Amino acid sequence: MNKLLKTYMPTLLLVGFVVVALVSVTRPSSTAPAPSPTRALIMAPAPPSPPNVLLNAAGATFPYPIYSKWFDVYHRLHPDVEINYQSIGSGGGIQQLKAGTVDFGASDMPLNDKLLSTFHFKIIHFPTVLGAVMPTYNIPGLTQTLNFTPQALAGIYLGQIVKWNDPAIAKSNAGVSLPGNNIVVVHRSDGSGTTFVWTDYLSKVSPEWKSRVGSNTSVNWPVGLGGKGNEGVAGLVKETPYSIGYVELIYALQTHLPYGTVQNSSGHFIKASLATVTAAASGAAAKMQNDVRVSITNAPGANAYPICSFTYLLIPAHIADATKREIIKGFLHWMLTDGQKYTEPLAYASLPKAVVAIEMKHISEIN
Amino acid sequence: MGTVNTMAAGSRGPEAAADARSFAARLRNGDEIVHLITLVFAAGVCLIVCLLVFELYRNSSVPRHQFGWDFFVSRTWDPVFDNFGALPFIYGTVVTSALSLLLAIPLGVGGAIFLAEFAQPRLSDLLTFIVELLAAVPSVIFGLLGIFVVVPIMRTTVDPILQKFFGYLPLFSGPIYGVGFLTAGVVLAIMIVPYILSVSREVLLAVPPDQREAALSLGATRWESTWQVVVPYAKTGILGSIFLALARALGETMAVTMVIGNDPKISSSLLAPGYTIAAVIANEFTEATGKLYLQSLIELGLVLFIITVILNGLARLLILATTQRGSIRS
Repeated sequence: MNKLLKTYMPTLLLVGFVVVALVSVTRPSSTAPAPSPTRALIMAPAPPSPPNVLLNAAGATFPYPIYSKWFDVYHRLHPDVEINYQSIGSGGGIQQLKAGTVDFGASDMPLNDKLLSTFHFKIIHFPTVLGAVMPTYNIPGLTQTLNFTPQALAGIYLGQIVKWNDPAIAKSNAGVSLPGNNIVVVHRSDGSGTTFVWTDYLSKVSPEWKSRVGSNTSVNWPVGLGGKGNEGVAGLVKETPYSIGYVELIYALQTHLPYGTVQNSSGHFIKASLATVTAAASGAAAKMQNDVRVSITNAPGANAYPICSFTYLLIPAHIADATKREIIKGFLHWMLTDGQKYTEPLAYASLPKAVVAIEMKHISEIN
Repeated sequence: MGTVNTMAAGSRGPEAAADARSFAARLRNGDEIVHLITLVFAAGVCLIVCLLVFELYRNSSVPRHQFGWDFFVSRTWDPVFDNFGALPFIYGTVVTSALSLLLAIPLGVGGAIFLAEFAQPRLSDLLTFIVELLAAVPSVIFGLLGIFVVVPIMRTTVDPILQKFFGYLPLFSGPIYGVGFLTAGVVLAIMIVPYILSVSREVLLAVPPDQREAALSLGATRWESTWQVVVPYAKTGILGSIFLALARALGETMAVTMVIGNDPKISSSLLAPGYTIAAVIANEFTEATGKLYLQSLIELGLVLFIITVILNGLARLLILATTQRGSIRS
């Protein structure tokens, strides 16, 4: 008996863990549907009525925190509307939208014409929030913030600048004593909007990058180690002396990573912040009149941070179900107006007014 | 039991009905029911495997037509220019799995021999329980352990020492990052040791005591009896545990991707970064847009399946060869 118990101990423990896990998972959901229990009990014992309309959406993971906030607040304002968003990644969101299993999708990367041609219906892109990407590095003993020129970043990531004291880095960092060590390049290994923004920027500032590597959520990196997720890149950079990587603004702000400034198209070295990112979007707004999909990396403007982009909701231009159509239009309108106040607390840069005006016009195109 | 009933059925009726009656009898016994139920279970498992292969094959038609056999030998993986090849991932998968086995087999089998043959039963049970707990740790935890503990140790201590003494070999040349094939092999080895150890110990414990006693009575020492009698007797089972561990190593995703460097290059140095099939699928699947890209990732899944089949086939051949070559167990 004792022996038997010992043999099955791991199984018993595992079963125990599973039971505990199940209980802890089911408990919150069982209490959730009764937000005001006392009142409900006094008034009537009827269960809360289910939402009249359920919208399904899927896509990008980067904007998931703000999307879930928006959909949650909107549900509270309009209890008959519930929007269920699955952050399965941009690729998955696009697939599901194409297959018609979701009402709308979300992507960190605007769909190019080739991809749009595979859809049998028209898609309207709605930029929602802005993301920025910045270079982070680990040079032991260095306390100053490094300035990076576009040429330096492209050279490092192409594997042409291999030492930290290369003149291309040194000339924009006068007074900083740079070590002669080899640069360890770190990039994202998972497909991500962050990589898309970074490579889109490098494509714009370096013709060689554009022809050799190009821009996408994953690319064929000339050099470097891959880390999974922002945390993977940050972890590798932190653990590897003389390394450089790139991370998303929100992640860098939340984890207080050191990061460098980047020279923008006006020649100023700009540190990424919510203000400088919104400035970049304002600078690019004029170009967005015809097509919101236009890239806003290296945007004009003295105070514009050069490495940033929008993330998009992908809405079908024609929605047959009139109820759903009005709800989606209503949500988009709310998102562009009242919804904007939820962006900054979550460290997303909000949309500039000029871009909101363009999107308002596009809402009326949904029929 | 069965024979008694058959005989009883035969004596009570004509010969022709005997078969049907014996079937009815066996049905009454429950044998036939159990037979059918277990058959359904076994067929179900086979069906899952077949469906898996079918789906992988069906959903990888675009790259199969576009690249053909080049997919297996091309070294480029370029989602921008839609050019995909599997060779660096195949290489990385095989190398990391081989390294992990190289490290885990002595540790696992040696540990199992100690626990089964030399340790006090109480101590043996306790240690086995602890080791089996290791198998229940999620792989992402091993990955974190890898990033924050193993990688720094490899970068500052193990890799430089290897390079100092064996740097003339291409295996240990090149720059040191801490992440790479060797680190992935070490982390994988930690993960698969419990499988080898736990199963091997059970197999060794199952060797009949008279085998040991016979060897000892002939004047063998404890070690001679263990190494020349008990271990050969249990060889098939020990090999089985190793193949189970190999399968685990081939398919491991999370822990590997966190410590291998995720660079699809074929390098002769074990200190260089690499990439594995499971890791690239996990990394790129969610954001893969475009049919060719997505289906190339699915074809990689098919390639991993083929590698597993080939290695398992080789394993079976190995078992066959070694058991026929005069091991004690027939």
